[in-house]
Amino acid sequence: MVKGLIDSKRLWPVLGIFVILLILPPLHAPRFYIYILSLMFVTSLLAMSLNLTVGYGGMFQFHHCAFYGVGAYTFALMLTKTSLPMWVGFIAGPIAAAVVGLLIGWFCVRLTQLYFGMLQISLGSLIWAIVFRWYNFTGGDDGIHGIPRPSILSSSNNTYYFILLVLVICLAALYTIVKSPFGATLQAIRDNPQRCEAVGINVRRHQLIAIVLAAFFAGIAGDLFVVLERSVFPDLLFWTLSLEIFIMCLLGGWFTFAGPMLGAAIIVALRTFVGKYTEYWTLILGVILILLIFFLPEGVMGYLLRISKSASQRISGRSQVDAASRGHA
Amino acid sequence: MLQVEAMHKSFGDFAAVYGANLNVERGELVAVIGPNGAGKTTLFNLITGQLRPDKGKIVFKGEEISGLPPYEICKRGIGRSFQIVNIFPRLTVFENVQVAVLSQQRKSSNLLSPAQNLAVEETNRILESVGLSHKAGSIAGSLSHGDQKVLEIAIALGNEPELLILDEPTAGMSPEETTATMELIKQLAEEQGLTILFCEHDMEMVFDIAQSIMVMHHGQTLIQGKPEEVRENKEVQEAYLGLDAAQPNGGEVDA
Repeated sequence: MVKGLIDSKRLWPVLGIFVILLILPPLHAPRFYIYILSLMFVTSLLAMSLNLTVGYGGMFQFHHCAFYGVGAYTFALMLTKTSLPMWVGFIAGPIAAAVVGLLIGWFCVRLTQLYFGMLQISLGSLIWAIVFRWYNFTGGDDGIHGIPRPSILSSSNNTYYFILLVLVICLAALYTIVKSPFGATLQAIRDNPQRCEAVGINVRRHQLIAIVLAAFFAGIAGDLFVVLERSVFPDLLFWTLSLEIFIMCLLGGWFTFAGPMLGAAIIVALRTFVGKYTEYWTLILGVILILLIFFLPEGVMGYLLRISKSASQRISGRSQVDAASRGHA
Repeated sequence: MLQVEAMHKSFGDFAAVYGANLNVERGELVAVIGPNGAGKTTLFNLITGQLRPDKGKIVFKGEEISGLPPYEICKRGIGRSFQIVNIFPRLTVFENVQVAVLSQQRKSSNLLSPAQNLAVEETNRILESVGLSHKAGSIAGSLSHGDQKVLEIAIALGNEPELLILDEPTAGMSPEETTATMELIKQLAEEQGLTILFCEHDMEMVFDIAQSIMVMHHGQTLIQGKPEEVRENKEVQEAYLGLDAAQPNGGEVDA
């Protein structure tokens, strides 16, 4: 995987962005922007985990934030209700999310396409209802606030660095998965499940593994949300959030690896800055979705890749023409 | 190697396969012929598990395989191509075959190593054997129809099948492509010792290369035997070959 990254021409811009992100806090960027960036990182990881099933697996993962919420709640409950060290809860979050992913996924992969999505919305909403109603345990619609975090994470800069570190590790892991034989097979299943069965691939099992992995990474995103916000609330598992991350994948470009990250950053930025001026944030989201479907079906990243590709083709085409005209002269 | 006995399959009221029998010996090149709607494709789909039989038995290498899911049947050594092009259109030609090779090597669930370094040699060898090496990097969906049909066969070969089932491998091909593909099939059977079961409409070709021919009509097996036996059989002449039976180059009987 490391080799693949180093080989790629895209390494340098990626490294450049990474370095800028690293030195931002020491430059005394306002705390508000550090917070927004941290939130973008958390949301990016959530969107990228969803894209493993939506973009690479071609599955109708309609209620992905259920796993995000389970991860966040597990971590929060471990921190508030037990005296175990923080890292135990941090690992328990994604594991709980993966187990829920296994349960929900086990039923969902038995259905196809839209039915898969409908069942997932139902089962995910069930979890939301439990969290929403179980006052004694989950805090009900109030959620849990003021979750203690270790002193090392108390400053916003340290939180920022911690979240960035976890994000980079997770991105490396996701990249490895996408480029692995499992990832290749998953894309083949997305394109043609029937053919995959005929070449000896257990399609359902592969899809289930993908759901569990996606849930695991969503659980890590849930952990990071708790680290950042020190609170959890039922909205984390509500289906409108699932819709929002789905839109992030579509907006960024779900056939590209980094697209969902871009989508997440755009949506978080819009929600933050547009949300200040209007209460009708979801209205704007709807308009974005409509524009997206009509004008950018491959998403922003897909669009950028396409124009950069055609630009380079134009340049190489022109140089060929030049060469030809020189040949004539 | 493969025995199909008294196979039945209905879709609603329509009996697509109604008492089909088939026997394939190891190393044989066996053809199934019959008019459109005779149930050839349904029979193949039953053998490779895309459909579940209503009645009847399928025995492969002494083991009953009827009703198993397709991936289990594939793992037991039966590879297949499809009549209607059935590839991975968004992946490259190389990746199309590699997916099958990775599956054959039980590496499909490997999460950690980069796929681009795995199964490269085997994949390239298969692409070379079918003559698609020079298109390895092309997106499969952009290939010509003929090349896509050849890619079909290449994907099936990726599983190193003992029995290769080809459902109309030359459907929709130009005459030149058809000849080349038939050469390829002969070569696979002779040089690699593959057992091949295929169905085809071009009678000339079938009688030319097949060692055994099974004739289907209205979902039933009329006869299975050597090409000469089949050609001389009265029932077959009436049901299928028609007046042109005396001249096997009569060509497309059921266009």
